[in-house]
Amino acid sequence: MKTSVNLAGVELKNPVMTASGTFGSGAEYSEFVDLKELGAVVTKGVANVPWPGNPTPRIAEVYGGMLNAIGLQNPGIDVFCERDIPFLKQFDTKIVVNVCGRTTEDYCEVVERLTSEPVDLLEINISCPNVKEGGIAFGQDPKAVEAITREVKKYAKQPIIMKLSPNVTDITEMARAAEAGGADVLSLINTLTGMKIDIERQKFAIANKTGGMSGPAVKPIAVRMVYQVAQAVKVPIIGMGGIASAEDALEFILAGATAVSIGTANFFNPYATVETVRGIEEYMRRHKVDDINSLIGAVR
Amino acid sequence: MKIKECCTVESQECIAKGIYSMWISTKVIAKEAKAGQFISLFSKDGSRLLPRPISLCEIDREGGRLRIVYRVAGAGTEEFSHLKAGDEVDILGPLGNGFPIEEGKGKRVMLMGGGIGVPPMLQTAKDLGTDTIICCGYRDELFLNEEFAAAGDLHIATEDGSAGVKGNVMDAVREDHLEADVIFACGPAPMLRAIKAYGLEKGIPCWISMEEKMACGVGACLACVCQSTEVDGHSHVHNKRICKDGPVFLSTEIEL
Repeated sequence: MKTSVNLAGVELKNPVMTASGTFGSGAEYSEFVDLKELGAVVTKGVANVPWPGNPTPRIAEVYGGMLNAIGLQNPGIDVFCERDIPFLKQFDTKIVVNVCGRTTEDYCEVVERLTSEPVDLLEINISCPNVKEGGIAFGQDPKAVEAITREVKKYAKQPIIMKLSPNVTDITEMARAAEAGGADVLSLINTLTGMKIDIERQKFAIANKTGGMSGPAVKPIAVRMVYQVAQAVKVPIIGMGGIASAEDALEFILAGATAVSIGTANFFNPYATVETVRGIEEYMRRHKVDDINSLIGAVR
Repeated sequence: MKIKECCTVESQECIAKGIYSMWISTKVIAKEAKAGQFISLFSKDGSRLLPRPISLCEIDREGGRLRIVYRVAGAGTEEFSHLKAGDEVDILGPLGNGFPIEEGKGKRVMLMGGGIGVPPMLQTAKDLGTDTIICCGYRDELFLNEEFAAAGDLHIATEDGSAGVKGNVMDAVREDHLEADVIFACGPAPMLRAIKAYGLEKGIPCWISMEEKMACGVGACLACVCQSTEVDGHSHVHNKRICKDGPVFLSTEIEL
């Protein structure tokens, strides 16, 4: 039974990855799961310098999901390279570094710094809804998406994943733009911009007013977008948005995702990643699937 | 070691208006737990995803049991309040660092709890010994006061003056002329702020337990940070993680 998948020449032992921002750099959840069982670990976004993030409260629960506005708090690329990459190298899994920035130069600086590091793929976060500069500013305009993809590609040694925002009218436009700019892989969806108001205190539930919505409630939107993007581009897709089980992951794969990322589910089930790996294998046995690649985009 | 465990409710009772006491039988978590740590309880309703962090009130390590005393503050805690003996509940723990009991050994320790910050001081008191000064502040109705009276030298403050000193825990400290070498405290931010100021004035170290909205509870998501005076070890900014670096901090480590 073959469970391995290929992302731009990088062979993952299985299609299950973590979603950036929900799994740190793996250390915290390595107390619960053996990281070598995962296809890849995707780290929390890292910038050229440390970012303090947003004021608290940074999260709020909503029906079937949550809002977050962490604001990309991170230690900067120097600490990340000294501490987090060596930690992850202890495990036989692929390392995907999520990169954030305020300007094109910021992104390129981090990408260039990573050329000499033993990481497998870079995920460029042009879709964080919670920081004013950078992030989403690049992700909602196809011209900007194409331009930053092209620029980042000039500096990158590893294959580039462009992470797309769902907060657009037509996500296939952004997907085509990223592909035109030279993206090797696309990942989607980032969180959906939402808001919650505390009616007792008559205040916003999170300090940033708006936050990115994630969790099981967003899954149908994410599956639809993965399907649409799969019809629009040739590059492989990493699907994410509300995946909490193998059943959820398989929906994304059948819709056209080559790999999947588990995010918010880690918070309510720290074993969600490995349980998904095992559940996919069980499904393959039950449906007599020899190669998981035969399931990718099988529903048309 | 942290673990998510399916546990059994041993008993549950309402001990004051909106305040519940639950004993939970665990296989692993109780054996590993320390005073001042917390556990996260999971809802059975899929619409409520995030676990609710609740501090440990008592730990029976040999019997493998934990006690939580919590206030019903929303739909999640409302659901927990309906759990009965024999019901199953998923919990994640033990989480956080706990109170540094060793910092109190051989010293005059004062434990201060305010409102729903009172419960975690009970196990802390038991671990420290009966010569501890305990100062509990309530809005009106008392809870756990008889157990605290048996655990140390109890002083009470109530906002409405119905028991003990009228006012808050700091009023009780002044009126009852309480003195200590070290303070352990848990309660609302204004109380912790007052204790920090008192500790600075008297030159007393104060270990305070903080609270913030949490998602993961294990230090990964960076939701529950508090502003720290020194650079934090995780992100190298000034944001310590309450769930992982805390919830107990030396008051001078934190901007309050």
